[in-house]
Amino acid sequence: MSDLVKDVAFNAEGYMIDAKQWSREIAEFLAKLEGIEVLTPDHWKIIDFCRTTGLASGKAPTLRQITVGTGISTKDLFALFPKGPAKKVAKIAGLGKPEGCV
Amino acid sequence: MKTFLVLGAGTAGIMMARKMSRVLDAKQWKVIVVDKNEQHFYQPGFLFIPFGYYKKDDVVKPIRSFVAKGVEYVVAEVEQLEPAENRVTLANGRVINYDYLVVATGTDIHPEETEGLKDGGWRQNIFDFYTYEGAAALAPAISNFNGGRFVVNVVENPIKCPVAPLEFIFLADAYFTRKGIRDKVDIIFATPLPGAFTKPVASATLGKILERKHIHVEAEFNAGMVDSSRNVLASYDEREIPYDLMVSIPLNKGASFLGAAGIGDELNYVRVDKETLQSTDYENIWALGDAANIPASKAGAVIHFQMEKAFKNILQHMAGQPMTHHFDGHALCYIETGFEKATLIDFDYTHEPLRGKYPVPVVGPFDLLGETTINHWGKLAFRYIYYLMMHGIEVPLPSDFSMAGKKP
Ligand SMILES: Cc1cc2nc3c(=O)[nH]c(=O)nc-3n(C[C@H](O)[C@H](O)[C@H](O)COP(=O)(O)OP(=O)(O)OC[C@H]3O[C@@H](n4cnc5c(N)ncnc54)[C@H](O)[C@@H]3O)c2cc1C
Repeated sequence: MSDLVKDVAFNAEGYMIDAKQWSREIAEFLAKLEGIEVLTPDHWKIIDFCRTTGLASGKAPTLRQITVGTGISTKDLFALFPKGPAKKVAKIAGLGKPEGCV
Repeated sequence: MKTFLVLGAGTAGIMMARKMSRVLDAKQWKVIVVDKNEQHFYQPGFLFIPFGYYKKDDVVKPIRSFVAKGVEYVVAEVEQLEPAENRVTLANGRVINYDYLVVATGTDIHPEETEGLKDGGWRQNIFDFYTYEGAAALAPAISNFNGGRFVVNVVENPIKCPVAPLEFIFLADAYFTRKGIRDKVDIIFATPLPGAFTKPVASATLGKILERKHIHVEAEFNAGMVDSSRNVLASYDEREIPYDLMVSIPLNKGASFLGAAGIGDELNYVRVDKETLQSTDYENIWALGDAANIPASKAGAVIHFQMEKAFKNILQHMAGQPMTHHFDGHALCYIETGFEKATLIDFDYTHEPLRGKYPVPVVGPFDLLGETTINHWGKLAFRYIYYLMMHGIEVPLPSDFSMAGKKP
């Protein structure tokens, strides 16, 4: 593990436990682990949105909250964060796992 | 004269309007309930329509027959809510000014939000069973089905009655087995969830039942589009599922006037305090049932448990007292598993479904997370209990969640 995250606590599924330990450098590092080599401005727009809403509500936003909140279509979101965008962004943004539904 | 206005005369609205009209002084208060429909649907019964077990009369009744004496029932669509003005405008032009407002407009399916879902195949070889029309149209398609790929897809969560798609699959499995064609049918369940259900213990139990019944689960499947010309359902991550007959649970959303009024979330569910059910934006607005954005199941049984709390909180608020009644998110669902058996789950905001007995700890008679015939009778009896409640007859079920006798 890189020095950058040696003091950062993660849970068993790889989500950061304390969102306050996050930094933009950590995000870039975590993105690489998720297979995203470079974070573009579009990636950042989504990550920043998730940080803001996630810290305010205490929960990582759902896929729909992200698309409605950022105006980015689901299709584009999947292109930016392939496979599971809501989970991937939550991980990269240092938030917990997005809650499933009840 | 003051006005207590209820929007939506479904499960929650009917009950709340009646309770209020019983306690509010008729010389001071007018209780009004508005609904765009004249018919009330017993939605849990939609599950049985596609297999011919229930007919129209079992699930459709006039709303008027449930409206309590002393309540004014208005048939019109709600077009606009202006919460800062305490004002509602109906599609027929009527304006109603209110003092207290309860939103109970439920949730509905939106197939038009998924690319291609409403194209050529809709109600040809693609159906829903979350509306009466959908369930009724599906019945002949199921009885004429002689084999092939039978795909059930949940487009996006949350959906009302989150166990209904599983129950539907279990009933379909039993139906095709009895017809002697089960070996010619591939049953596929495509869901955005990582497994059969959200809650771990229940998901494992239900997952095992699916496996035993040879039902394939395509997990973490986010439906992106339907290509009717090729009969293919595709996900955003470009997995394709071919179907011969598809049953879709389209996106569920609350009424659009709620989003426009600024009191709804991204799916038009009203933002409320999850314990008091009061709007977090306006103190004279409450939301009940499927219309509220609480993290509880959208189910009739949940409404039964939350009704009493919301009712008492509203009365306390009217009297200028602090609200002391807290809803715990209690949900109780009978899950049909086919062949006249059912299982039962009981959970709340903080406890997931566990094994045990209900309603009396250890004794039962109902078996939580077990698969029994008596649970199936419980499910069928639910319809009678439901209609009793809709007519204002109280049913003694413990409303708070209890851990007594449960095995963690
Ligand atoms: C297939 C299926 C199976 C189910 N199974 C179960 C089960 O086994 N157990 C269980 O507990 N629950 C079950 N449910 C869920 C249950 O039926 C609902 O949770 C419950 O009916 C919700 O009640 P409600 O009052 O919130 O909304 P509803 O009963 O849906 O009422 C909403 C009302 O608002 C009206 N309305 C909406 N918009 C407007 C508008 N703009 N203007 C005027 N009126 C409007 C509608 O016409 C409707 O009458 C099931 C649901 C389905 C679809």
